Amino acid sequence: MSTQIGVLSVPAKRPASRVINLIQAWLPKLVLAPSLALVLVGVYGYMIWTAVLSFTNSSFMPSFRFVGFAQYARLIANDRWHTACINLVIFGVLFIGVCLALGIFLAIFLDQKIRQEGFIRTVYLYPMALSLIVTGTVWRWILNPGLGLEKLMHDWGWTSFHFDWLVRSHLSVYTLVIAAVWQSSGFVMALFLAGLRGIDPSIIKAARVDGARLPTIYLRIILPCMRPVFFSAIMILAHLSIKSFDLVKVMTAGGPGYSSDLPALFMYDMSFTRGQLGLGAASAIMMLGAILALLVPYLYSELRSKRHD
Amino acid sequence: MASVTLRNVCKSFSGVEVTRNVNIDIEDGEFVVFVGPSGCGKSTLLRMIAGLEDITDGELYIDNDKVNDKPPMDREVGMVFQSYALYPHMNVAENMAFGLKLAKTHKPEIDRRVTAAAHTLQLDRLLERKPKDLSGGQRQRVAIGRTMVREPKVFLFDEPLSNLDASLRVQMRIEISKLHKRLAATMIYVTHDQVEAMTMADKIVALDQGTVAQIGRPLELYHYPATRFVAGFIGSPQMNFINGRTQSASSQNVTVTLPGGIHITLPVNGSALKPEEPVTLGVRPEHFVSADEAEIVLNGTINVVERLGYQTLAHIDVEGIASTLTLRTDGSNPVQEGQAIALGIQARSCHLFRENGEACPRLYHEPCVDF
Amino acid sequence: MTEMVRKPFSFNRVLIYTVLLTAAAVYLVPLVVMLLTSFKTLGDISSGNLMALPTHWTMHAWHKAWSTACTGVSCEGVHHFFWNSFKMAIPAVLISTGIGAFNGYVFSKWRFRGSDLIFSMMLFGCFIPFQVILLPMAATLGKMGLANTTAGLVVVHVTYGVAFTTLFFRNYYVGVPDALVKAARLDGAGFFTIFFRIMLPMSVPIFMVCIIWQFTQIWNDFLFGVVFASGDSQPITVGLNNLVNTGTGVKEYNVNMAAALIAALPTLVVYVLAGKYFIRGLTAGSVKG
Repeated sequence: MSTQIGVLSVPAKRPASRVINLIQAWLPKLVLAPSLALVLVGVYGYMIWTAVLSFTNSSFMPSFRFVGFAQYARLIANDRWHTACINLVIFGVLFIGVCLALGIFLAIFLDQKIRQEGFIRTVYLYPMALSLIVTGTVWRWILNPGLGLEKLMHDWGWTSFHFDWLVRSHLSVYTLVIAAVWQSSGFVMALFLAGLRGIDPSIIKAARVDGARLPTIYLRIILPCMRPVFFSAIMILAHLSIKSFDLVKVMTAGGPGYSSDLPALFMYDMSFTRGQLGLGAASAIMMLGAILALLVPYLYSELRSKRHD
Repeated sequence: MASVTLRNVCKSFSGVEVTRNVNIDIEDGEFVVFVGPSGCGKSTLLRMIAGLEDITDGELYIDNDKVNDKPPMDREVGMVFQSYALYPHMNVAENMAFGLKLAKTHKPEIDRRVTAAAHTLQLDRLLERKPKDLSGGQRQRVAIGRTMVREPKVFLFDEPLSNLDASLRVQMRIEISKLHKRLAATMIYVTHDQVEAMTMADKIVALDQGTVAQIGRPLELYHYPATRFVAGFIGSPQMNFINGRTQSASSQNVTVTLPGGIHITLPVNGSALKPEEPVTLGVRPEHFVSADEAEIVLNGTINVVERLGYQTLAHIDVEGIASTLTLRTDGSNPVQEGQAIALGIQARSCHLFRENGEACPRLYHEPCVDF
Repeated sequence: MTEMVRKPFSFNRVLIYTVLLTAAAVYLVPLVVMLLTSFKTLGDISSGNLMALPTHWTMHAWHKAWSTACTGVSCEGVHHFFWNSFKMAIPAVLISTGIGAFNGYVFSKWRFRGSDLIFSMMLFGCFIPFQVILLPMAATLGKMGLANTTAGLVVVHVTYGVAFTTLFFRNYYVGVPDALVKAARLDGAGFFTIFFRIMLPMSVPIFMVCIIWQFTQIWNDFLFGVVFASGDSQPITVGLNNLVNTGTGVKEYNVNMAAALIAALPTLVVYVLAGKYFIRGLTAGSVKG
């Protein structure tokens, strides 16, 4: 037995061709090349292209008559853009605030060893699987002033109930918040629940040994531990609100008038229905700027904290 | 079966040198252990031999073939990984056969080799199991079997036992040693564990910060360490170090002044030393003797006593010596904490190191070491 | 972990369940309203309320939404749009997942000088607001003759989906020990052999996550659909929007709801069947991205 292994025939050798080795060495790069090309063109190239467009007086067709910052000046002077930006701030702050509050609240409640946790979590999260167009369609029906929620409340005996935000020009943006919160708060809950599960249970035991009560433990120990979850949740929600287009398009189409307009819808309208390519490009670049303004400090702090680990 | 030769091998990662001018000759059939603390570059060295890491500079020969630019599979080496690295979706037999299948070996031949290896490693009844259904020791044996079936010229082991618990480690250590004897194959084994190095190696390569500190037989490293690093690394508890100055030095002996003005003359080659040069005297904890057998005596107080049953360790403070000295004595020695003790030192069992860590070669011939 | 656990029938416990179940009911209301409304007649809608059961259950609204409702100029229901979405989503999902798997494999197991930089550059693609690429993309698709075609939409979805799929696979493969790849290299396996024989058999869960994520994203997309498609290549989201916003006389809310349910059905089915993977994709894709 002992020598058997040693005397076995020499294993089949492969010809170590240098060409094959060379190809092997380049394979990883070759595999990445198409994606890199896609990204270089589709992300970076197009970003620059749009930036260039924003400095031209393009209207229906791209032109290359450069007009400097004229489109940006027009944008800033534009009433509708103004409304869109204010709406974005209102929508963004409320959407993020309510989602966070609701998400944390539900996550803490769901973290109390609930027996049907899986089912309840599934219910909270299903809106996330729907298209915002579907969400918009159903909330437009629920919130419609004649036959929707108002009628339901009247039928249930609350006859003084009045709800017509969808058609009131200074209130329609809040209906967007309702629909968006319904769609995304379950997701925030899932993020926080995952965060809560990630906390070392011995920290909580230690705090209880120290005599802290449950609300104190949550406020003073657990929530501060979840700083990273807060940050990433805020990032994602802010990102969603800056990009949000589908919901406003289907629910209010920016109306009444342009009272519930958002930058994403403004950009779409200018570029594809009004034939104001230059202005559309300028607004797109402004949106990119807004996202970068959020993203860069976030990534910077992320990278820095990673280096500290 | 093959010899392995490293000539001036260097490795740098983005400009930082992690391995410098390594020269090692490994003979056919030898069991060589690379040992050193973590970060000394021993695993990098092994990966360079395997071909998993490029060699920045120098030459690597397997059986007199320069293999620097050969891909791993053409070097005919087999490697056993610390994490076993078994393919989780394949059963034991498939894990072992994978490399042979890729080499388009005939099916009956694959079966024959897998069966033979499984028999040698007592894996016969586990061939159908998936890695997740095996114990740590069994996984380790599969990992060894996987390299065995390919009949490599050289076996490489990368800390293969460090994921096992203590008792299993002892058992696997013996099994690997037996396997080496049975296969008579060249094996290179990397570990940070000096016990594995001492017990398994024909030859130890002690590595310190990317350079070879010493190459030799286990007892050679124990009795004749070439540097202070090797002296400290081999042996447990660690060697005691006492700072002093040379009084006089010659190629036949060196007289050292220790704290408290005590002089001791050591049988070491001190031809490189100057008078009044700062040096370090080294005494192993097991080499202290009673006062009547000793050339000099250090008087101290016992600080802590650790009783292990088969032996007792006493930690002793001596006036004028900054570090605590450790004495290894009988398990039945009734030493007590707080008790005064006289540590006897024999000149012939002492080591002497210069400030740069180099040892002055000992001239005393230890009875059981042959060169 | 709390004191409440030891007193299961305490007041607190009841309160927690009440709150959780009420919230669940609220989340479910829109779905229930959609279902109820879609089975009602127009008469029922104006006489009843949101939560009232239909006095007469009918599939009429579903039939109309599927095959005769007006979506802009044509009145053929949403079934074309529905099939268009499949024609777009299936190739786009498969291509972007395949590319992502290879990319993730390279970024985790075959890193080279500069590969981390390339990865960061690709990641950035997850963050940009797509408005910033709409105009050049429209021009490019026009030049390539892909404007208003399903193939064009597939190209767009692959281009902007690859960043996500790469991220998924890269993060998954980072967790596979490097030693496995090294062992396989010593066994004589090359780049593709290692991928197909070692990595792929271990990748079933991440393929599930990635495919489900991509399918949901692409199916639910509206922006690319409305910008880059027209007429017979438009996806279901655009069809639904057109149907809802085609204003001819009485608003047929029952038809709207049936159409919305048709649009929601594929992703809802996926969610119910493979919710676990969907949630994993959500948290992985967003926390890290």
